[in-house]
Amino acid sequence: MIEMAMENQTVDAPSFSGVMYQEGVVDTRHGTILYLEDVSVSFDGFRALNRLSLYIGAGELRCLIGPNGAGKTTLMDVITGKTRPDTGSVFFGQTIDLLKMDEAAIAEAGIGRKFQKPSVFEALTVFENLELALKADKRTWPSLLFRLTGEQRDAIGRTLETIGLAGLAGKRAGILSHGQKQWLEIGMLLMQEPMVMLIDEPVAGMTHQEVERTAELLLSLQGKRSIVVVEHDMEFIRSIAHKVTVLHEGSVLTEGTMDEVQNDPRVIQVYLGD
Amino acid sequence: MYRILLGNDKTALAVLAVLAAVTVAVPLCSLLFPAGSALHFSAYTVSLLGKYMTFALLGLSLDLVWGYAGILALGHGAFFALGGYAMGMYLMRQIGERGVYGNPLLPDFMVFLNWDKLPWYWHGFDRFGFAMAMVLLAPGFLAFVFGWLAFRARVAGVYLSIMTQALTYALMLAFFRNEMGFGGNNGLTDFKDILGFNIQAEGVRAALLFISGAALIGALLGCRWLVNTKLGRVVTAIRDQESRVRFIGYRVEMYKLWIFVFAAMLAGIAGALYVPQVGIINPSEFSPLNSLEIVVWVALGGRGTLYGAIVGAVLVNFGKTVFTGLLPDAWLFVLGGAFILVTLALPDGIAGLLNRRLKERTA
Repeated sequence: MIEMAMENQTVDAPSFSGVMYQEGVVDTRHGTILYLEDVSVSFDGFRALNRLSLYIGAGELRCLIGPNGAGKTTLMDVITGKTRPDTGSVFFGQTIDLLKMDEAAIAEAGIGRKFQKPSVFEALTVFENLELALKADKRTWPSLLFRLTGEQRDAIGRTLETIGLAGLAGKRAGILSHGQKQWLEIGMLLMQEPMVMLIDEPVAGMTHQEVERTAELLLSLQGKRSIVVVEHDMEFIRSIAHKVTVLHEGSVLTEGTMDEVQNDPRVIQVYLGD
Repeated sequence: MYRILLGNDKTALAVLAVLAAVTVAVPLCSLLFPAGSALHFSAYTVSLLGKYMTFALLGLSLDLVWGYAGILALGHGAFFALGGYAMGMYLMRQIGERGVYGNPLLPDFMVFLNWDKLPWYWHGFDRFGFAMAMVLLAPGFLAFVFGWLAFRARVAGVYLSIMTQALTYALMLAFFRNEMGFGGNNGLTDFKDILGFNIQAEGVRAALLFISGAALIGALLGCRWLVNTKLGRVVTAIRDQESRVRFIGYRVEMYKLWIFVFAAMLAGIAGALYVPQVGIINPSEFSPLNSLEIVVWVALGGRGTLYGAIVGAVLVNFGKTVFTGLLPDAWLFVLGGAFILVTLALPDGIAGLLNRRLKERTA
């Protein structure tokens, strides 16, 4: 889809000088894929997000950190349509208003999410979990008559290799270890072929080697997909991040490289207290 | 294909084999052997077995909704009753001039109410094809409207269960009213013919049992196929992680609606086959208690297995037949006791127990 938008740009740009609006095409000509502006969310008086503004570039790998309650998960909920903000605007590219869409429509448009708590489908096999996530027509009747093509089967096979679960393809996902479930979730996200991947705590419960492999995987996707990672493991973030955004009390405290952020006195104060 | 329909699941195969045997052998024997022979089945037995088949089909349809989609529907009997009423209306129109009042067009209860013409919604039911379409469309339409409103509003869990219970209760009250034009309290009965054949005849009884059994077997195979399609797996996934399914891009409400409407139509077929075999349909079929009982069948048999619902429905109804003969007052206590026992000791129902036994033997 990224390619499509860029193609349109080169073909149409000379003849149209004004606003080009194309239904369903994510317009990233300004280099930004997610625009969050002035977003506020309150729960029973508690301000989870407070006039937060954040921009994610196309193909960027961005890390979000912040103490508990800073609003990291709420931010993901807002982007994926789980929570509606009280005020503010959220755009996917320049033209797609995410606040007018439900979860399924947002996912179809190209925003995928991995949850903090692994939520794979335990009654289904590892293979079937990936098959469900596979980019395909997701309406009821097409699903009833759905048959995997050879190509799709290969794509699932490649993902199984990538996430290291090829040997467990036929096993029920319920028997997987915590780390394996994390990998399966990441695999499901890959199968969706989203333009934006929102990844909440990918390495929790993983062994040291698994953490390294996750870092490698995310780095290899950089440029092809826009990725937003929420993580507490600073070592992991240091290994992948170019740009880190620090959230505090529902708004952006600062942005910068890991070194800049770690040496920022305000960040130190937020994490360590006065 | 073969593997999906029959599979290596021995319990399911055993259930299928028993169903096929009863469906073929009992009607044949009751026709071939004269009354008094050891191999002859009386009209009573044939109809009783036929009734069990329709209950099993009803249980099967609820298992799709509850066992696979995770929707605890406590009003599933409403769809069964609607299918039954559609068939009953056809059978009433078949009576013609042979009613007590001899009116060629109006059923007796309408003459009794001094109605002078047939209500608009009774038109067309003199044609079998139209009535059979209504057997599917009436429950399907109700399920569609109810499901559309409830699932889109994301009503779930206990609230949805209560709403389904209220739905069937409301329908029961409505059908009790004479002005509704469905025979009120007495319902529809005194049927004479079906497709021109005497409904009391042994041959017709045998044929109805055969058709009920065939419908059940067809539905079981169809449902096994269904739950093994991608649609079936999405539905299972919704049961376990509803919000996750949304974030993959599936419209959860449309999947729930699809399976709910499909199951309602199956229940409608069950109701339509039930009515000619018991000879009556009245508003008590809408009773909330009936719908609760279906849930008990599925729970006892083991939810989420399809054949478990069939085993549960047949066993409970067999128990009901036996106990209401011996100790009519004790039946509800037996049923309640069995439900508690299964919930505590066999959370996966009888199907779970059978599976465990089989695994132990092969291990």
